[in-house]
Amino acid sequence: MNRDWDTLWPLLVGALGETLQMVAIAMVAGGLSGLALGLLLYCTRPGNLLANRVVFGILNAIVNIVRPIPFVIFVTLMGPVTLQVVGTTLGTEAFIFPLSVMMAFGTSRIVEQNLVGIDPGVVEAARAMGASPWRIITTVLVPEALAPLILGYTFLFIAVLDMSAIGGIIGAGGLGDFAIRYGYQRYNWMVVLVTVAVIVVIVQVVQWLGNRLARKALHR
Amino acid sequence: MSESRVGAGAGTPVIELRGVSKAFGEGDGAVRAVDDVSLTVRAGEIFGVIGYSGAGKSTLVRLVNALETATAGQVLVEGADLTALPERRLRGVRARIGMIFQQFNLLTSRTVAGNVAYPLRVARWPREKRAARVAELLDFVGLADKAKAYPRQLSGGQKQRVGIARALATSPTILLADEATSALDPETTRDVLGLLRRVNAELGITIVVITHEMDVVRSICDRVAVMEQGRVVELGDVYDVFAAPQADAAQRFVGTALHDRPSPEALARLRERHPGRLVTVGVREGASTGTDLFRLLREHEVDGAVVYGGISEVGDRPFGSLTVELDAPDERIAAFLAALRERADVVDLGTAERPLDDPRAWRPAAGPAAPEPGDEPGDPYGAARDDVVRGNLRNFGGA
Repeated sequence: MNRDWDTLWPLLVGALGETLQMVAIAMVAGGLSGLALGLLLYCTRPGNLLANRVVFGILNAIVNIVRPIPFVIFVTLMGPVTLQVVGTTLGTEAFIFPLSVMMAFGTSRIVEQNLVGIDPGVVEAARAMGASPWRIITTVLVPEALAPLILGYTFLFIAVLDMSAIGGIIGAGGLGDFAIRYGYQRYNWMVVLVTVAVIVVIVQVVQWLGNRLARKALHR
Repeated sequence: MSESRVGAGAGTPVIELRGVSKAFGEGDGAVRAVDDVSLTVRAGEIFGVIGYSGAGKSTLVRLVNALETATAGQVLVEGADLTALPERRLRGVRARIGMIFQQFNLLTSRTVAGNVAYPLRVARWPREKRAARVAELLDFVGLADKAKAYPRQLSGGQKQRVGIARALATSPTILLADEATSALDPETTRDVLGLLRRVNAELGITIVVITHEMDVVRSICDRVAVMEQGRVVELGDVYDVFAAPQADAAQRFVGTALHDRPSPEALARLRERHPGRLVTVGVREGASTGTDLFRLLREHEVDGAVVYGGISEVGDRPFGSLTVELDAPDERIAAFLAALRERADVVDLGTAERPLDDPRAWRPAAGPAAPEPGDEPGDPYGAARDDVVRGNLRNFGGA
């Protein structure tokens, strides 16, 4: 057992590094493009700032089609596109691409839902002051919805962490791959438990941080 | 009031609506929120638009700063035809028109100072000038000590003060107030209306007040338009509208604001306590009715006791009535009334034994439609009282 862990610890740390890299890049790339997509969804909704039935209809349909696809299938489905964009369909980089894309679609809905809660009167007040749509998006919509957005991104972090666990299927490594290969397949339940414990700690820390920031953003 | 105004070119039109309509939806399902409205708001005045919810007044005011675009007609603001301007140019027009709202619509993510500074940021003021202007505005509305507070921490009245400071930030020439006091309690309403008066008198800003409360019109407006189903059904000086409301809607609104005349029920109770001769004497501007009344009582040796009434201000001018019980031999009362009628509007209510329902004072049962259900909840007036007030006012109204 002890001899096992001498070799397993470095592997666990390496897997943790891979997971954090995948999640971090997906959070930034997917999170930002998802924010843009979510804002666009919200603004083009009938009756809103940039109301456009056609654009909204198309975006809404795409998001609705992509989101229910099980992620493990989505990764293989994206294979040809990943090959074009990343140059390979194997490894961590090749996995980060579909992860970011799925993250973007997931984020767009969360962002849109949180923006719906904004009082339309505040947007109207900004319009009445002569603010342009772009200014309203950046200085009214996002700041007014900041607290729920922070909580939304905290939720998304955990969803991405979850999705990243299947990285092993295309050789991306990470904690999920580590738990399956060195724990499940070798009947070493301790490895599975330790991996789960690491993930639980990460989630706890992120959730605590998210709650704290959201409370701060609420100005209560 | 008008003497203290500093607005240059007072009286010239600043807002002109010419045959303006606004329809929502298309075809058979279209709703005409504003239906062929023409009116002019003059520089330096406080112009009221009153109507029940759904009358189209909120849409009307949004046509003035182009938050809504007219489907027909012309909207001219300071001579510029908004219906001919592209969206980008309209933003410039909006920035010159301040607006305050029933629900205040403050940015919850910004401090009081941040909210007031927001329109200045939109107008690209440099930081130092912004800070100075914000301090000046917060001082004007009496909230200098709340600069760093967040809207959540303020009372309704304070929030509306911030709204007013924000609306005034870029020194607009026009202020639109959309039900600005409807979410406030009576005392706070008085405060905010007082502040709007100051905005008008000290800064010379033309104000358009949207409301469903005739009391708001009575206390601050110079002229008023009464709206019903998208149309302006009456328009005139507030005093004239109060004195002689023509349209049903106008009469109903006037009835909600004046409580100086006894309702039939109150009159019946009055007659139990005061069986003698009752007369209602109108009190108006100019005629020194109060003095005349008591002087004539003395001269004709008639004892008079005020048993009901009220005198308040309409557009800064006295308005109301006194109901008096008279005690003297009939011929002296007759002579007294004859003399009084030369100077004031008098309604003879008779005595408890021989009650008089002056035919001119009472409208037949074919009264106005009751307010539509679902309009302003809790409207305090009943159809009966409404009839009395209207009848009496009509009676006095000819002058």
